[in-house]
Amino acid sequence: MDSKRSLSPEARSIINSQISRRALIAGAGGLGAAGLLTACGGGGGGGSENAVRWGNWPLYLDFDEESKTYPTLVKFSEQTGIEAKYFEDYNDNDEFFGKVQAQLKLGEDIGYDVVTPTDWMAARWIRLGYAQKFDSANIPNKVNILDSLASPSYDPMRESTLTWQGIMGGFGWNVEKNPKGIRTLDDLFAPQNKGKIVVLSEMRDTIGVILLGQGVDITKVTEDQFMNAVDFMAKKISDGWIRGVKGNEYAEDLTSGDATAVIGWSGDMFILASENEGKFDFAIPESGGTISGDNFIIPSTTTAAGKANGEKMINYYYDPAVAAEVAAYVNYVCPVKGAQAEMEKIAPELATSEYIFPTEKTASRLNVFRSLTPDEESKWAEAFQQAQGN
Amino acid sequence: MSFPKVRVPYLLLLPGFVFLFTFFILPIINLAQTSTQTPLSGGDTGEYEQTLAFSNYIQAFVENKEQFGRSFLYATLATIFALAIAYPLAYAIAFKSGKYKNILLVLVVAPFFTSFLLRTVAWKQILGEEGFVVPGLRALNIIGEQTTLTSTSVAVVAGMTYNFLPFMTLPLYASLERIDPRTIEAAGDLYANGLTAFRRVTVPLSMPGVVAGTLLTFIPAAGDYVNAAILGSPNTKMIGNVIESRYFKIVDYPTAAALSFTLMVAILILVTLYIRKAGTEELV
Repeated sequence: MDSKRSLSPEARSIINSQISRRALIAGAGGLGAAGLLTACGGGGGGGSENAVRWGNWPLYLDFDEESKTYPTLVKFSEQTGIEAKYFEDYNDNDEFFGKVQAQLKLGEDIGYDVVTPTDWMAARWIRLGYAQKFDSANIPNKVNILDSLASPSYDPMRESTLTWQGIMGGFGWNVEKNPKGIRTLDDLFAPQNKGKIVVLSEMRDTIGVILLGQGVDITKVTEDQFMNAVDFMAKKISDGWIRGVKGNEYAEDLTSGDATAVIGWSGDMFILASENEGKFDFAIPESGGTISGDNFIIPSTTTAAGKANGEKMINYYYDPAVAAEVAAYVNYVCPVKGAQAEMEKIAPELATSEYIFPTEKTASRLNVFRSLTPDEESKWAEAFQQAQGN
Repeated sequence: MSFPKVRVPYLLLLPGFVFLFTFFILPIINLAQTSTQTPLSGGDTGEYEQTLAFSNYIQAFVENKEQFGRSFLYATLATIFALAIAYPLAYAIAFKSGKYKNILLVLVVAPFFTSFLLRTVAWKQILGEEGFVVPGLRALNIIGEQTTLTSTSVAVVAGMTYNFLPFMTLPLYASLERIDPRTIEAAGDLYANGLTAFRRVTVPLSMPGVVAGTLLTFIPAAGDYVNAAILGSPNTKMIGNVIESRYFKIVDYPTAAALSFTLMVAILILVTLYIRKAGTEELV
């Protein structure tokens, strides 16, 4: 944690995802071409017998600045002899889905053996038959999953998904500009933040936090309530309060001073705070925050060998000691039982972090956005996109 | 001579034709097909069926006319600014740079050596709160304490102008450089002062460069979405951003396709009108 990253998260993610972004630009020019270019998406090369290709979100795995390697992943390769190829090119759930869907449909290799979509997107993968069922024999550590995460509605037995990290959505702010902190929507939309607020492009987190602030139970939200919250956001955009609706890039806006308050993710905010001498802070809103998970999934296009290697890797990350090592770096909610005890050994100050190992009291303030039907999914996404000028 | 002469031109056209057919014609057909589809009833996200719903076009246009307007406005502004910056630049390189000509040309092209995206992100830093532009303008009282430059249309147009500047400069340079200096001297011999010679001789002779440069700038600028995405705000979204979001975020392929087609046709019409007015002979 103490080593500062030399590049901004945004620049790094851009460098890492050059190929995908280029493909995206090409896509905007002639969308039809995407169908023809299916063969060149993804991580790289075909799956090989003794390798596993993992597509994950940027800045989401312990990284050693000096050796430019991912220590836990290196250890996995040493222990098992399986070569782990890591790609930080899962930047956005929708974008990634758009990129690989055609290949999944045709059953062509998407270039990854393991991917980590968020809950609702994992649900879509399962629904469409794009996720393979795990061979439990390869993942004995599966039993280590926290009870609260063990049976989500989209995969009650955790047959084809396992949580990678849990993410809290709440308020993040610049301490200097908001000395009293931000606990409510009114605090967020305070005069000093006008025109300097950024909210997440992840619909369920941004609208979820707004809905909770309006006193709506997001586990049962109705369409009217949802649209009402979207209108609220649209109004804040047109009135010049919200300057942007973004993914991880909001971190860049905070550090550059362009944003002073955000609806953001816990882990990002802690990394930012530690890199900027406590200039930033994060809190779960008084009215409640959101919680979601990113999940390991083995795509339907992965070969049997790739699948077995992927399962071994998932098993490895469910080892409490390994999970603790990852959590100490990423600062997200750790889904693995026993990791807290392991954390005591490596970073005792983090073992009591409510944001990595939430107590029951904290957990009770976090809410899961209810799952949507395919119809709702497209209609609500459309409203959310239109509110941000798209 | 194994080939009869008449076949040679066709053979020369073949590689280009095959390439265009595969990477332009086929995708266009695919795009046209997608644009008239509607969601499969009871289907999942991203599943559509062909129903020849031409109403997609009307709906897509009506819902996004604001972004269409903005795209053409920003593209026009960026083209005008690029021309205003590039013409003197190209003129200086062509006529006044002497032995520095090659170095200056390399400097014009040099930004191409780094990624378009990184250059745009760099602009975000330059125009950001902690860059030097904003504090500078504040110190000069040009902008107020609360005014920012990123997330504004100013930043988007500035980014576009910058990013497309070489596309304007190079064709301008090429046509200015071709001008025979003796024609300008001749104008002087005929009692034209410097300004008149420039207006009556240099400008008309450089028109091919102006037309090519404006087209090379305007067409990609109108479809650009990177500048608006990185430097803009929700209030500066362009049609490219809508297409991206329809395609990737909402998984609404038909609307995305209809918008792409509409954009293509709109650009085609504007370009045709422009070339008609400017004259096609200027392009060669």
